[in-house]
Amino acid sequence: MVPLSYYLVLSGILFACGVTGFLIKRNIITIFMSIELMLNGVNLSFVAFAAQWHQLSGQVFVFFVMVVAAAEATVGLAIIIAVFRTRETLNVDQVNLLKL
Amino acid sequence: MNPNLHLWLIPLLPLIGAAINGAFGKRFSRQAVTGVALLFCGAAFAMALWVVSQFSSLALPHTEYVATWIRAGTFQADFAFYLDQLSLVMLLIVSGVGFLIHIYSVGYMWEEGGYYRFFAYLNLFMFFMLTLVLASNYLLMFIGWEGVGLASYLLIGFWFTKDSAASAGKKAFIVNRIGDFGFLIALFLLIQHFGSLDFTTVFQKISRFSPETAGAELLTAIALLLMVGACGKSAQIPLYVWLPDAMEGPTPVSALIHAATMVTAGVYMVARSHVIFERAPAALTVVAIIGTLTALFAATIGVAQTDIKKVLAYSTISQLGYMFLACGVAAFSAGIFHLMTHAFFKGLLFLAAGSVIHALGGEQDMRHMGGLRTKIPWTFWTMTAGTFAIAGIPPFAGFFSKDEILWRAYQASWIYWLIGLSTAFLTSFYMFRLWFMTFFGDYRGDLEDHGHGASHAGAPAPHGHGHGGIHESPKVMLIPLMILAVLSIVGGWVGVPESMYGANHFERFLAPVFHSTTSSAELEQTGATDGHGLTGEGEQRTSYTAERLFTGISVAAALTGLYLAWLLYLRRPQLPQKIARSLNGFYDMVLHKYYVDEFYATIFVKPLIDGSRTILWHGIDQGVIDATVDKSAEEALDVSDTVRHMESGNVRSYASWVAIGAAAVIAYMIWVASR
Amino acid sequence: MLHLILFSVFGLVCVGGAVNLLVQSHPINSALSLIVVMGSLAVEYLLLGAEFVAAVQVIVYAGAIMVLFVFVIMLLNAGEEERTKGSRVSLLIGIPGMIMGSVLMAWVLITHSGTHAVEAGALPGAPREIAQLLFHEFLLPFEVTSILVLIAIMGAVVLAARPEPLQPEGKN
Repeated sequence: MVPLSYYLVLSGILFACGVTGFLIKRNIITIFMSIELMLNGVNLSFVAFAAQWHQLSGQVFVFFVMVVAAAEATVGLAIIIAVFRTRETLNVDQVNLLKL
Repeated sequence: MNPNLHLWLIPLLPLIGAAINGAFGKRFSRQAVTGVALLFCGAAFAMALWVVSQFSSLALPHTEYVATWIRAGTFQADFAFYLDQLSLVMLLIVSGVGFLIHIYSVGYMWEEGGYYRFFAYLNLFMFFMLTLVLASNYLLMFIGWEGVGLASYLLIGFWFTKDSAASAGKKAFIVNRIGDFGFLIALFLLIQHFGSLDFTTVFQKISRFSPETAGAELLTAIALLLMVGACGKSAQIPLYVWLPDAMEGPTPVSALIHAATMVTAGVYMVARSHVIFERAPAALTVVAIIGTLTALFAATIGVAQTDIKKVLAYSTISQLGYMFLACGVAAFSAGIFHLMTHAFFKGLLFLAAGSVIHALGGEQDMRHMGGLRTKIPWTFWTMTAGTFAIAGIPPFAGFFSKDEILWRAYQASWIYWLIGLSTAFLTSFYMFRLWFMTFFGDYRGDLEDHGHGASHAGAPAPHGHGHGGIHESPKVMLIPLMILAVLSIVGGWVGVPESMYGANHFERFLAPVFHSTTSSAELEQTGATDGHGLTGEGEQRTSYTAERLFTGISVAAALTGLYLAWLLYLRRPQLPQKIARSLNGFYDMVLHKYYVDEFYATIFVKPLIDGSRTILWHGIDQGVIDATVDKSAEEALDVSDTVRHMESGNVRSYASWVAIGAAAVIAYMIWVASR
Repeated sequence: MLHLILFSVFGLVCVGGAVNLLVQSHPINSALSLIVVMGSLAVEYLLLGAEFVAAVQVIVYAGAIMVLFVFVIMLLNAGEEERTKGSRVSLLIGIPGMIMGSVLMAWVLITHSGTHAVEAGALPGAPREIAQLLFHEFLLPFEVTSILVLIAIMGAVVLAARPEPLQPEGKN
């Protein structure tokens, strides 16, 4: 019997790893992967709560999250390709023309 | 019930003239401007005469209510006009002499620029002055009071492109305002304690006070504050400094405003408030002392002046001192009598001086005059009448009024009489000095048959006209001179005292006004008796003798002044220089008017300007108000300059900010939820 | 008991994969770690009885999205990240920060949330039940997400398309 809080802790750790990766990594693709990691952590907590409250809506919501994540990954990677064409680099520190 | 005399029309007519000339005068021809100005001023005078004709059938005092102005709680002030013997006398003087000076100005100012502006201002002045004398409450009187100050400023600075004239106008207005401040506080005290500013109401309430009750301090305070206002308006110590500078204005202005009418407003106000002053003996003493000192002080300065208008200016201050001395010994009708005769002869003297200046093409320095008696005879004879009148030589007008004052002053204290007598001697001396220097001896100027001459302050621009040299003034200027000369001769005959077998009509005429409700015993204590000794038969004859003796002494003083002036300025003209040199330091001080202006400049003006510049301008205006606005703008700039570093273009820093913000929000939510 | 063991094992695999994602410098290694994470997460879902979600996780997430990532990495020939001073600093700050944050969060969660135990397979998420919900209560979001996907496809096509040369020398 696993207490709910264990699942939440695991979810939290995954989310924290995602945030950390988002902040410390310089490769755009790695940053996107960190975002996916964050979303996965959240998905886990949705399912955990669905199991606890016996509501299937949690799982349905996970479904939607995945769809949105897919769409976002698609468009994001397309943008990365477009940026790579002009800037010739995947280092996010060098994509800084939008500054004041 | 009195018939409605429509008194409100009397001030209104000149106002209409001022409005027409002010708004449209620029497009009118000179004749049209003249017509408008003279028409409305003359109409006011004509109405005044008509009021005189109706006067004997009136129950006095006659008040006319026109409209309510202020109604605030229990306090009410109306546009209402008041007629009694005192205001009738003032009305006639103001409108009559004013009208004559309007006529004179037509000739004097004919070739000046801004002709229409002059007459607009002059009519405006008449409006305010007539409001002042006809007002039935202090507030309406204050409107007139302030307004004549304004008109004085406008007219003194008539040639405003000249720095000295503009400064003189400012000085006059500012010094007047200092006096007005005292006047205002007196009004506030009146409202606070008597709930009204209406003459009838206030005087009735005050007459229930008696000098021994505690009300005396209040009344003394009010009276002294009113006197401050009078000092400012009527150029007494310490607020007289504006009047000599006011000679920068055109000569008719000096005649009308600074001799005959505006400066007498203070005397009128004190006389009107006699109910207050009589119950504040301390204030009366102050008034008398100020009057006496001013009279002597100004006379000493007048002796050393070389500008003909400055001599007359100091003479005016001195004669006003006499009027205040009269009021200070509660001889109010004597003061008003002198006010009337002074209006005649001082107005005449100024106008005649203007005629001399006009004849010489702008010259005002008496050292460059002389021997003009044959060249401008009409001016000479009229000025002679004025000079004899002011010196107090019988039977001219000034003699009777000045003598009355000296006699009443003696009854209060011999010191007043002695100083007054010395002043009379000095007056006679410097006036005859002026007379001799201007009209007798050899001509010391440099006018040949051309029209050149130094262009001085207060004179119209040099004419450069074709009629040669020193010429008599045109008739339009001479006729008012002649009328005023006649008045200077006969004007005193309405006040011939009983000691000289006259009936003293003037004093009897004004007696109902100055009749107070205190007992005659108290009146004697303050020396405010009917000074011709009507307290008993036996005493009557002895005081007549005393009175005649004193009269003789004052005539002797006047004649001595005449002799001395003749001696020093005609017979032995080199003597004055020697005397001046031997009195070196003292003469210098007198010549520089005792350095009073310099003293005021150091003590009051300079600290005020410096303080104003440093504290108010640099400190508060620039340092606080401007700085607040500027600094807040700068702060906004600085803040945004700092914050803009957030927009670095670096995506990771954006991400970190988002993460930090999210963490903070989540922490807050957890904290709230766990409470 | 088995439940707990399975949970712990695959939980550790998850965390290990996540940490490896952070540690690796070449993006392809990070992508492979992420696939490991997704796989183990699918097992966790199974433990919670959400079999449909687990299947979708493997098929969509690990099978489509991650493949897309790998393709892009291959296409762009992304190299290893360099170690610069800035990256050392961020590692120095970020790792301890993350550990601290995790510990704090874990402590809060364990002490404050209920200790309700969740049974293995507590809520059977059979496709039939999920479909019922999906096409009845959640019909609108379903349709909207389908439009979202459509837009995403169009956007991706447009953004990633090679720009047509407007002028022979002109660069877009």
